[in-house]
Amino acid sequence: MWSAYIPRMTAAIETRALRKEYPAPTSRRGWAPGAAPTPPTQARPGTLRGPIVALDSLDLDVPQGEFFGLLGPNGAGKTTTIGILTTRVRATSGKASVAGADVATDDVRVRQRIGVVPQRPNPDRSLTVIENLEFHAAYFGIALGTAARRGYELLDRLGIGDKANAKVDELSGGQQQRLMIARALIHEPRVLFLDEPTVGLDPQARLALWEILRDLHAQGRTIVMTTHYMEEADQLCDRLAIVDHGRLLACDTPNNLRAQAPGGTLIELMLDGDAGTVVGSAERVPGTLRVEARNAVLRAYSDRRGEVIPPLIRAAEANGRTVLNINLATPSLETLFVSLTGRKLD
Amino acid sequence: MTVTPATALMPARAPDDGVDREVSTGAVLGALLRRDLRVARREAPYFLVRTLMQPVLFIIVFGFLLPKMGFVRGGYASALLPGIIAVSLALSAIQAVALPMVQDFGWTREIEDRLLAPVPTALIATEKVLAGAMQGVISGLIVLPLGRLIMGPIPGLTLEHAIAFVSITALGALTFSAMGLVLGTAIAPQQIGLMFSIIVAPMLMFGCAYYPWRGLDSIPMMKYAVLVNPLVYVAEGIRATITPGIPHMPILVAAGALVVLAGAFWYAGRRVFLRKAVG
Repeated sequence: MWSAYIPRMTAAIETRALRKEYPAPTSRRGWAPGAAPTPPTQARPGTLRGPIVALDSLDLDVPQGEFFGLLGPNGAGKTTTIGILTTRVRATSGKASVAGADVATDDVRVRQRIGVVPQRPNPDRSLTVIENLEFHAAYFGIALGTAARRGYELLDRLGIGDKANAKVDELSGGQQQRLMIARALIHEPRVLFLDEPTVGLDPQARLALWEILRDLHAQGRTIVMTTHYMEEADQLCDRLAIVDHGRLLACDTPNNLRAQAPGGTLIELMLDGDAGTVVGSAERVPGTLRVEARNAVLRAYSDRRGEVIPPLIRAAEANGRTVLNINLATPSLETLFVSLTGRKLD
Repeated sequence: MTVTPATALMPARAPDDGVDREVSTGAVLGALLRRDLRVARREAPYFLVRTLMQPVLFIIVFGFLLPKMGFVRGGYASALLPGIIAVSLALSAIQAVALPMVQDFGWTREIEDRLLAPVPTALIATEKVLAGAMQGVISGLIVLPLGRLIMGPIPGLTLEHAIAFVSITALGALTFSAMGLVLGTAIAPQQIGLMFSIIVAPMLMFGCAYYPWRGLDSIPMMKYAVLVNPLVYVAEGIRATITPGIPHMPILVAAGALVVLAGAFWYAGRRVFLRKAVG
């Protein structure tokens, strides 16, 4: 009772065993022409055509007022997570609550308390820039006068004040993204969700957004952001969750995560074929801490920095592989990310 | 067992900025309708051309040219005008809902900003149907004087039952805007043009708009087959109210059929809409 009571009252976001499956893709949808039905797939050994699992038993706890980052490669389940938390996607199983309301049973209350910046700008193209803000505010019951004042203020702050009366189509991609940010803030939500908000922004606009996000955070609002940019996550977020294949791999402050990064320098060798056959010899190279292979990429963690590169190349060549490219990285969130997901961000 | 008050455990929260104020469904519905009105007003010239061009051309050919040439008797105008009103309200109500739906659920999903409103998602669909019906009624009401103007005096035309006329017009417009919801959500965007050829065009031709239903007495099979067509009830209902001298269905039968059809379209359209709106 006790332990269940506390998080419910203090958590801005809480998910338990959240799972989302999408039905296996079918070729026939609607009356799409030219889409010939796919032949029945031959059941290859070990490949059953089951549903696609986008999210697999995700548990998250975000306390009120936290700036929380979701990091993961494409297809990791970040957007699905945001979709469920913003009531726009229905979970297959599990529970999630946002700002004290259940996303499945009390979705209206959740929407009342959140603001959402989508990955791809989706302004109302039939309206002007300021009308987008005024009407969005009206959908939240905010009077026109207040909405207009806040709208112009936000547009000014985001550097598109001179576009207030423009048609949405006259805005560049980056300007549309700024409009989306203004729209998400116009009703002053308690929890703000941003899905890759700075993609497509120029450096100046990105810094302006960072400043706004820091202000909102300082006011005690909870912010959940997915991002591709480690630097951004590192600079802004109180805590980061690293997700891949719909699972939570790590969740901690940026400093604690950095401390978990595998020691040594990460050396990546791009080979001309499967790297798996090289792992054995590479592990015997003095100075390598850990070696792993993924397709044609061989990853070695070295405590002697680049010194291990020549013996690694020889090890590869001894196994009949040629090295096409070499990459070095020092321990960082980035190397932790690579070691956890086996993939780079982007 | 004692439970610590929640406030003691909570960190200082942001000052209450009113986000928890209940938003009334009526206020949001009003805002959604204002949005559609703003867009419709801005697009009024296109809207009028799109929905009035066909009816006006029909009026000119069948209500003016052919009678002048003596191919049809003057009395034909009395049967034609109610049908033309029905056609224009059907076209505009269907298009007012179906076409924006395609854009709303298209590549950018423009409807997202409305789906994030703190109201039940079905309200967004309800509003679309209401806004579409209003546009349908407006078109119908424009065509009535326009037809009278082009065709000249129409035997037996009366506005004595104006309230019944407006009511049947509104009911018909609701039916067609609900049908627009079904078409706009269920049909793939690239097929929307096909929708007009396969569904809307036959509906207009076999909708007893250009001839009264009783005129089909001599072709019984067709007479009963066309009863699946909502346009039949709108055209006949309008005949009953503004040209009651022309043989027509009893108005209550027409109204009853429209209530049933509107309900069926609304039920189906709402289902598809919700399935598309929430992933």
